[in-house]
Amino acid sequence: MIDEPEKQTKAVIIDYGSGNLKSVFNAFKHASSGDVSVTHDFRDLSLSSHIILPGVGSFADCMKGLVSLPGVIETLQDEVIKNKKPFLGICVGMQLMASLGKENGTTKGLGWISGEVEKITPKDPMLKIPHMGWNTVSFNSESHPIWKKFISGSHAYFVHSYQFIPTNKDVILATTEYGENITAVVGSDNMIGTQFHPEKSQSFGQGFIKEFLMWDGNT
Amino acid sequence: MLKTRIIPCLDVNNGRVVKGVNFVDLIDAGDPVEQAQLYDQAGADELCFLDITASSDNRDTIYDVVTRTVEKCFMPVTVGGGIRSISDIRKLLLAGADKVAINTAAIKDPGLVKKAALKFGSQCIVVSMDVKQKDNNFELFTHGGRTETGIDALTWAKKMVEFGAGEILLTSMDKDGTQQGFDLEITRQIADNVSIPVIASGGVGHLQHFVDGVKKGHANGVLAASIFHFGLYTIREAKNFMNAAGVAVRID
Repeated sequence: MIDEPEKQTKAVIIDYGSGNLKSVFNAFKHASSGDVSVTHDFRDLSLSSHIILPGVGSFADCMKGLVSLPGVIETLQDEVIKNKKPFLGICVGMQLMASLGKENGTTKGLGWISGEVEKITPKDPMLKIPHMGWNTVSFNSESHPIWKKFISGSHAYFVHSYQFIPTNKDVILATTEYGENITAVVGSDNMIGTQFHPEKSQSFGQGFIKEFLMWDGNT
Repeated sequence: MLKTRIIPCLDVNNGRVVKGVNFVDLIDAGDPVEQAQLYDQAGADELCFLDITASSDNRDTIYDVVTRTVEKCFMPVTVGGGIRSISDIRKLLLAGADKVAINTAAIKDPGLVKKAALKFGSQCIVVSMDVKQKDNNFELFTHGGRTETGIDALTWAKKMVEFGAGEILLTSMDKDGTQQGFDLEITRQIADNVSIPVIASGGVGHLQHFVDGVKKGHANGVLAASIFHFGLYTIREAKNFMNAAGVAVRID
């Protein structure tokens, strides 16, 4: 008699021409004992257990790249919104969940989490843009299952000039301080988005990826 | 709050590290990937590869170094040296580099910076500047400080910001290799006058120099090669020293 195989995760990273794909793939591969693949084929999204949307560059370019993939946005709607599969957006991939992006003109986003993506404008001229480097991640809601194994105040690597400003502040799971509180992590139902780069955040990032892959999407 | 970045730099020639002789516990002291991993484990905030390969036949070796490094190190990686075109940049980013540092090619064709920033985003375009004091001014030099350009350093820095650079890597050719510390005057001049982060480089011989680079030079990050290569100080020692001196660094 053959034992049932252990339930394995099947993480799929969406390839829409974003430059940092390899780093994201490597970091997930290293953190995961399950299957990790990169795809631009919408059919793979249906077969996945976890969906990851990376992103570097501008909001407008990234949205354009995503729209250009046949069937991907429709399948994402099905899998993430209807079927409630755990979803992780990283950096611009997180920002794309917003209703509207204001980088390089005004662009409609996926509209999954109501809000807009706006330029960071620190009052202190000594605060440089991009906000680049290691900054602390302060949790707003310790109760979210993703934070189970972390302490508020851990460092993560950020590099961005725009931030997601959600309409409903309750979706902000963590902030980082840069002249003001900047959105570091958003979450709603089975969706989570990080402004920081878990794939570049050494052991904190590896731990975060592991937690995401163990998450079933329930809050 | 945002922490000051400590960035060790590895000089790579034909795919092998030069200068990296005194690391302990290394099977192969010349393998950049093995050294990169040590820096990663030591808590470096970023890593920089400076490719000094002269022969165009061996230019591709750096792609392999980057590819192998990012399979094992989950930290930001910048690559500089010999980047000439959009296609060079694309290849490095696809190999897994997060940022590329453009130096001579930007001087030859400033439009390259503009094109690259539009194409790949400002966040991955670093403009690397080698400067030297001439009378009371700081000028841009190329070819390891041997070739004068006649371009004023601050004017150039401002222009590069306008063109879309996301960061400036500033090396003083007067101080490089002297172990006397960064050139604080030009570092501060540029850091105070541009809106993007400035990384100070060239001249570190003591940990106090890192502190000075931040407190007096207003740098957002500090880069050094030799003091880390030769095992004079560890990354952790540098961070502890800076922390004690009141510079906010990441110690997790």
